[in-house]
Amino acid sequence: MTRRIEWIHGWLLLTPALVLLFAFTHVPAVKTIIDSFFSTPRGARPATFVGTANYEFLLNDATFWRVLENNALYALVTIPVSIALAIAMALWVDGKLKGRGFVRMAYFAPTVLPLIATANIWMFFYTPGFGLIDQVRALFGGAQVNWLGDPQLVLGAVMVVAIWKEAGFFMIFYLAALQSIPPSLREAAAIEGASRWTFFRRVTFPLLMPTTLFVSINAVINAVRLVDHIFVMTEGGPDNHSSLLLYYIYETAFKFWDTAYASTLTVVVLAILSVLAIGQFHLIDRRVHYR
Amino acid sequence: MSGVSIEVRALEKRWGETVAVDRVSFTAEAGAFTVLLGPSGCGKSTTLRLVAGLESASGGQVLIDGRDVTHRPPNGRDIAMVFQSYALFPHLNVAENILFGLKVRRVAKAERARRLDRVAEMLGLTPLLHRKPSQISGGQQQRTALARAIIAEKPICLMDEPLSNLDAKLRHEMRNELRALQRALGLTMVYVTHDQAEALSMADRIVVLNQGRVEQADAPRALYDRPTSAFVARFIGTPPMNLIEIARCEDGWRAAGVENGGTSRGGAILDRASVPVADARPVLLGVRPEDLALADAGTPGIEATVESVEYLGADNLVSCRTADQVLTARLPHRRRLQAGAPIRLTWPARAQHFFDGGSGRRLDGDGPAPIPAISKA
Repeated sequence: MTRRIEWIHGWLLLTPALVLLFAFTHVPAVKTIIDSFFSTPRGARPATFVGTANYEFLLNDATFWRVLENNALYALVTIPVSIALAIAMALWVDGKLKGRGFVRMAYFAPTVLPLIATANIWMFFYTPGFGLIDQVRALFGGAQVNWLGDPQLVLGAVMVVAIWKEAGFFMIFYLAALQSIPPSLREAAAIEGASRWTFFRRVTFPLLMPTTLFVSINAVINAVRLVDHIFVMTEGGPDNHSSLLLYYIYETAFKFWDTAYASTLTVVVLAILSVLAIGQFHLIDRRVHYR
Repeated sequence: MSGVSIEVRALEKRWGETVAVDRVSFTAEAGAFTVLLGPSGCGKSTTLRLVAGLESASGGQVLIDGRDVTHRPPNGRDIAMVFQSYALFPHLNVAENILFGLKVRRVAKAERARRLDRVAEMLGLTPLLHRKPSQISGGQQQRTALARAIIAEKPICLMDEPLSNLDAKLRHEMRNELRALQRALGLTMVYVTHDQAEALSMADRIVVLNQGRVEQADAPRALYDRPTSAFVARFIGTPPMNLIEIARCEDGWRAAGVENGGTSRGGAILDRASVPVADARPVLLGVRPEDLALADAGTPGIEATVESVEYLGADNLVSCRTADQVLTARLPHRRRLQAGAPIRLTWPARAQHFFDGGSGRRLDGDGPAPIPAISKA
């Protein structure tokens, strides 16, 4: 009898969180999958079951492939660069440095500031002619460049913003990991005559692997999820050259009001992300040393 | 491989106002086992780290094999070191840990394998070579750290409290093993510890440090038999030497703080000639617990009351109160003593040590030990 009451109590305690989780996460997720097999309801026309028609359309959608390619390139560049920068900054900030507290804060600032706001500042940097970058270039006789208007340059320009945003955040994780490495390891290596580079390659970097795994999974998710600056700076343009998957889903759903196709896109993106995360875990996890 | 000497001259280390190592000088002979001994915070680890080159000296010199290495990096000093925490690389297995230094120095593969075989065999690590440090016991980790130091075939091995993380039994075994290994390899060993029993049992020479200064540097026996200061007298020996404050009185010296000295008659426990001072300054009389014996009634001695008796098997440790001081005596347990019982304690004159009450220095200097007699008052 008492066991039964405990059991009820347990469920009652779980209910509020469960209701919220189901209402805003699980039900919409399942609904999205279902919607991707129906047509978009318009006016008096209700949604009808269309089978895999939406997926067939996706395979022939040039914009989707363009955006997927953009996003792949975006991830391939921003993830390694921001991780490498994060490790470099963490190593520097971890050392004996005057004004270390200030430098740490400065590196972390991009993480704290809302991207919507800072993207506006970056817009100013990129402004052709009188933006910061062009003004500096002018000093050396450089010509005006329309960083955000040139299809060749725009993806690179938004990548820089993403790296700037991410590297400081990842640095905090690396800094925490570095500080858990006992200083006696460095001393033992110094007595053996290991150079700083050897010590980094043979000891520090392998000991940072659990952090690298965590950070890289987060980085992959962020490469798809973080599109605030696209909204502010380019709206995906010019000619979809800076559009990323999530931004394309947003456009499809809330500008073109093609909710069924947006659902299809969402399911595909989720599938890609799951495969990537699981793959990463299995690939890297075997080589990670956990203490 | 055989050891080379280390000479430390007026070595200093300051951090702002704090002086961690204050003009420390000592010599570690080639092939000898030298122990730096002292309570925590005495500067012994810092001294070792200065010798290793892990800290930079604020003053003074370190000479290794006659060459000044004070400003050389650790790897330019021909040393190996074992850390208190072992400092094993957690992601490398035992073999990789041991070989780390050889790989860094690009020693040929065949040579590495040959040395690894030999060292692993010597320390009984052969079956563990493929385990990670987290998968082996504390004692095995200790051996791995030791192997990493030995395989370098450096003439000097520095050890910073290497046994303090082991349990008592293992610590005792490792003591003997370390000593045997040091002798077999002819290494110059500098070993830091706060455990005086460890120091006495292993060292050829002990350097006792206190508040960043050398109190005494001597062979273990000399340190025990003739401590040059009250600090060393208190620090060496379990239980430590009894130190009784004595003051001059009419017919000799009495225990300080009481008029009647707690003695049989008159108050004097020592006649005037037995204490090697001419004036009336305060003096500390030192007697080791094992030198105290029960006196028969009527014979001279110091009167005391038994406070507690600690049974140790072969003998008893008896705490006795005399006047306002507590003495510890190591007495054979055939005499059954009860707390509160009055007893009389005596000691042979050769077991007396005298220290200056102010500076704590030994009073009879380096001269021949005086032969005072117990007061026959």
